[in-house]
Amino acid sequence: MTLSLFALQILNGVESGLLLFLVASGLTLIFGVLGVLNFAHGAFYMLGAYVAYWISERTGSFLAAVLIGLPVMVGLGWLIEKLAISRLYARDHLAQVLLTYGLVLVLNDLSRALFGSEVHGVATPAALSGTVALGEAQTWPVYRAFTSLACLGVAVAIRQVLLHTRFGMRVRAGAVNGEMVEALGIDVRRLLSILFAAGAGLAALAGMLAAPLTTVYPGIGDGVLIVSFVVVVIGGIGSVKGAFLGAMLVGLADTFGKVLLPGLSGAIVYAVMAAVLLFRPRGLFGEPAEAR
Amino acid sequence: MSAPTLSRRALIAAGGAASGLLLSRRAFAASKAKLRIGLLLPYSGTYAALGNNITEGMKLAAREHDGKLGGREIEWVAVDDESDPAKAPANVNKLVIGEKVDVLTGPVHSGVAMAMMQIVRQENTLTIVTNAGAQAVTGSLCAPHVFRTSFSNWQTSHPCADVVLKDGRKKAVLMFWNYSFGQESMAAFKEGYAKGGGSIVKEIPVPFPSTEFQAHLSEIAALKPDAVFVFFAGAGAAKFVKDYAAAGLRDKVPLYGSGFLTEGVLSAQGQAAEGVKTTLHYADSLDNPTNHRFREAFKKATSREADVYAVAGYDTVNVLAQALARVQGDTSARKDLIAAIESVRVDSPRGPFRFSKAHNPVQNVYLRQVKAGREVVLGVAQKDAEDPASGCAMAT
Repeated sequence: MTLSLFALQILNGVESGLLLFLVASGLTLIFGVLGVLNFAHGAFYMLGAYVAYWISERTGSFLAAVLIGLPVMVGLGWLIEKLAISRLYARDHLAQVLLTYGLVLVLNDLSRALFGSEVHGVATPAALSGTVALGEAQTWPVYRAFTSLACLGVAVAIRQVLLHTRFGMRVRAGAVNGEMVEALGIDVRRLLSILFAAGAGLAALAGMLAAPLTTVYPGIGDGVLIVSFVVVVIGGIGSVKGAFLGAMLVGLADTFGKVLLPGLSGAIVYAVMAAVLLFRPRGLFGEPAEAR
Repeated sequence: MSAPTLSRRALIAAGGAASGLLLSRRAFAASKAKLRIGLLLPYSGTYAALGNNITEGMKLAAREHDGKLGGREIEWVAVDDESDPAKAPANVNKLVIGEKVDVLTGPVHSGVAMAMMQIVRQENTLTIVTNAGAQAVTGSLCAPHVFRTSFSNWQTSHPCADVVLKDGRKKAVLMFWNYSFGQESMAAFKEGYAKGGGSIVKEIPVPFPSTEFQAHLSEIAALKPDAVFVFFAGAGAAKFVKDYAAAGLRDKVPLYGSGFLTEGVLSAQGQAAEGVKTTLHYADSLDNPTNHRFREAFKKATSREADVYAVAGYDTVNVLAQALARVQGDTSARKDLIAAIESVRVDSPRGPFRFSKAHNPVQNVYLRQVKAGREVVLGVAQKDAEDPASGCAMAT
C-alpha cells in the first residue's frame, strides 16, 4: 500500500467512524442515563433515512428534508418515550429488550407498509454531488467530506452541551447516580424524556445524512444498531467520549480489515471489541463497577 | 399424451348421471383437491423486494389461468426464508413435511437453495427453483424432479467476459459478495476472460450482505484497471453503483456485471448507473409481444414495474399450467408430469425457452446498457446459452 493510499484509507475509516458516532452517541447516553437497552435505536436511523427520502422526493430539497424531518423525528422519539419507554424504567433489562425489540419489528413493518419493500435511492444534493481530487489517481466524494464535517460539528456540539450547560451537567450527574439527582429536586422524568428524544434525533440525523450515501429499505437500521452496540461496548457504556473513540476505532479497524484481510473483514470489528474488553472489561471509558 | 385428454373430454360430453360413476377415482380426486404450491422466498431483509416480485409474477400468471392449474384450484403456502441459509432446513421442512405442498418453489438466495436441494432430493419433492442461480441445482445436485425457471450463475456471467474483451479491456478487477452466487459468477467470468486473453488484476471478496465499499473503491482507483466486473444484487447493488459513481470511478473505469447489478434497483441508482453494461437473460425493454403484455398486466396489478424476478415467477406458473394440463392436474402421476415439464416450450417475456437435459433453461443472454435511466438492449451476448451442467448425470 502506498503512503497516499494509506492516508486515504485513514480518511475512509474516520469518515465511516464519524457517522457511526452519531448513532452510537445517542445509544450510549440512553443506556448510560436512562438504563434502557434501546434496540429501537436502529429503527430511528431507518426512519430518518425514510423521512429524508420521502421529503426530498416531494420538495426536491435535501436541506428541507433535514430541517423538516429532524423535528418530526425528535417529536416521535419524545412520543415513544412518553407512551412506552417511560413505563419501563423500573423494570429489568429483559422487559426493555422485549419492548424495544418489538418496536423494531413494528417500525420495520410500518415502513414496509408505508414505503414498500423496494430499495429507494436519495439523490445527493446538487451542491455536494461533485468529487475532490486527491493525488493523481484518487477522488473523494464531496458529500462524504460534508457528512464528516457535519458529524464532527455535532460531536463538538454534544461535547459543549454536556460539559458547559446546566442540562449537560444534570445528564452527566444522572449517568453516575440517578437517585441522587432526583433527591436534589431535579425533574428526572423530564430530563429522561428530553434525552431519549435527543437520542432518537441523533440516530435519525445519522440516517438522513447517510441516505444519499447508501440506499433506503426496511431494516437498514438493524446492521447499524449491531455495530453501534459494539462501539458503545468498546467506548464504555454511558461515555460519549468513549463512543467517539470507539467509533473511530471501529471505523478504522473495519476499513483496514477490508483492505488487508478481505476474507476476515466481517470479524475484525468483533475481534477489536474482544481485545479491548480483555484489557478494559468495562470499555475504554467505562465506570468501574463500584462507582455505579 | 393426448389420449387422457380425449377420454376425459368424451366423458364430459357424455355427461349426465353416468359420468359420475365412470370418472376414474384418480381424476375425481385430482379435480377436487387444491394444488398446494409452496413459496420459499425472502419477504424481509435485503432481498425482500425480489421475493415480493417473484410472488406477484406467480399470482399474475395464476390469475390468467383463472386461479386453476390442471383443473385444480391453487392454494399458496408462503414462508419467509429471510435469505438465511441457517434457517433454510427448518423452513423447507415446514413446507415439504409440515404443509405437504405438491410443488415447492423458490428461493432467491443460493445458500438457501443448497439447503433446500438436500431435503427435496431426500423427500422427492417436485421443485421449481425460481431464482437462485447456484450451479449445483442443475449441476452436481441435479435431480429428475427439480427444475429451474430462472438461470444458472454461469449464464449470467460467462457471456460478459466476451463483452469486456470485445470492448478492448484486458485487465480487470473483480469484486463480489463472497457467497456461492458471487463466487460462481466470478469463476464463470474468469474462465471466459482468461480464454480470451484477459488477466485479473485483483479479486475483492466482500462479506454478504455488507455494503461498505468505500475502502475497496479507493483501492480500485489506485490499481487503475481497464474494467471492473462485479456481482452484487438488490440493495447492495444499488449502493455499490452509487458509491462507484460517487468515488469518481464511473468515468475512469467502465463497470460491468451480471444483470443483477441494475435489475430492480435502477431507479434507486439514478444517474449513477449511466453507462453500466450488464449481461442477463432478460431486460425490461425487450421488444416482444409477450413482454409488452406481461409488463402492462404486472403494472396494472401491482402499480410497480416488472423485473427479471417477476418474469421467473410468471414463467414458473405458466410451466406448471402447461404441464399440469397434460396430466389433468394429477401430481401423483409423477413420471408423466416430469416428462410434460421437460417438453414444455415457454413463451416467456424473456423470449422463448426450453429446459436442458439438466432442467435449466436454454435461453438467450442479452447485453444491456443503462442509457438515460433505461436498460437498453444492445444485442444478444450469447444465443441459446446452455449451462455446462458439470457434474450432472442427466446431462450426459
